[in-house]
Amino acid sequence: MKAYFGRRYTLSASHRLHSDALSAEENRAAYGKCNNPHGHGHNYVVEVLVGGAVDAETGMVMNMADLDAVVRKQVVERFDHTNLNLDPVFSECVPTTENLCRVVFELLAGEVGPAKLAQVRVEETENNFFEYTGQ
Amino acid sequence: MGMVAAGISFDSMKLRPQPVKLRAGFRHLSNYEATMVFLTRRATFSASHYYWNEAWSAEKNGQVFGRCANRNGHGHNYTLEVTVSGEPDAVTGFVVDLKWLRDVIERDVLAAYDHRHLNVEVEEFAAGKLIPTTENIAISAWRRLEPAVTAAGGARLSRVRVYETPEIFAEYRGEL
Repeated sequence: MKAYFGRRYTLSASHRLHSDALSAEENRAAYGKCNNPHGHGHNYVVEVLVGGAVDAETGMVMNMADLDAVVRKQVVERFDHTNLNLDPVFSECVPTTENLCRVVFELLAGEVGPAKLAQVRVEETENNFFEYTGQ
Repeated sequence: MGMVAAGISFDSMKLRPQPVKLRAGFRHLSNYEATMVFLTRRATFSASHYYWNEAWSAEKNGQVFGRCANRNGHGHNYTLEVTVSGEPDAVTGFVVDLKWLRDVIERDVLAAYDHRHLNVEVEEFAAGKLIPTTENIAISAWRRLEPAVTAAGGARLSRVRVYETPEIFAEYRGEL
């Protein structure tokens, strides 16, 4: 019987949306306020969804304590209260929330066994969010 | 089952979608091509539970389930999200009537789960049959709802999601 287990985590970080491939005007046009030179911050919500067989002995897809430990180590400790632009993973790509969502997925994908990572959703504010399913 | 809400017996309540009057200004919307739409109804219930595998020692239960293994139980305000999918009806514009879906959820799930101790009073979990984890609650709620949704025709049950807290949830999509 396949089911899904989801858990929401929060992390606070700053970023600035700016691409070196674009001129100052183009950056301003593409990113607006998000291109302001000194960056700004968000309280991000990272929602992790794992899927798999419900274990007959535990009734669980994955033990929440194990998922918490993985997400804390791989994601929260790495990004919480940091400037995302300074993390090596964002040296080659802009820390938009789309890219953060993909990065979080890649950091967790191999770590949630025996379940499989089904989706990562990152909410940047209450009104915008991004989802990635590894496709 | 004699469950009474707002003075109306469920036995007499017509638990099927009811036609509604189409507003004249929206008549053009009935000309669309076949389109699948997902519709979700949310409901809440409060219940107590604990996690315990009878086949294990007390020590192992504590090790695997932590504080959830306290056999005096603890409780949550659960949120249940029921998603059905289908084509909006050409006359009503509804996938299913939300009032009907609310009544089905009330009759088939909330009447059994709300303000109950899941391990003690709810058939599928009682006497150690099934541990009432959030995953198993989602699967059990699906099994309770699926017959009525399927019997009504027009829509199929697509997803049942159960929030144990705002940060913890499980969902079942009918996959084996």
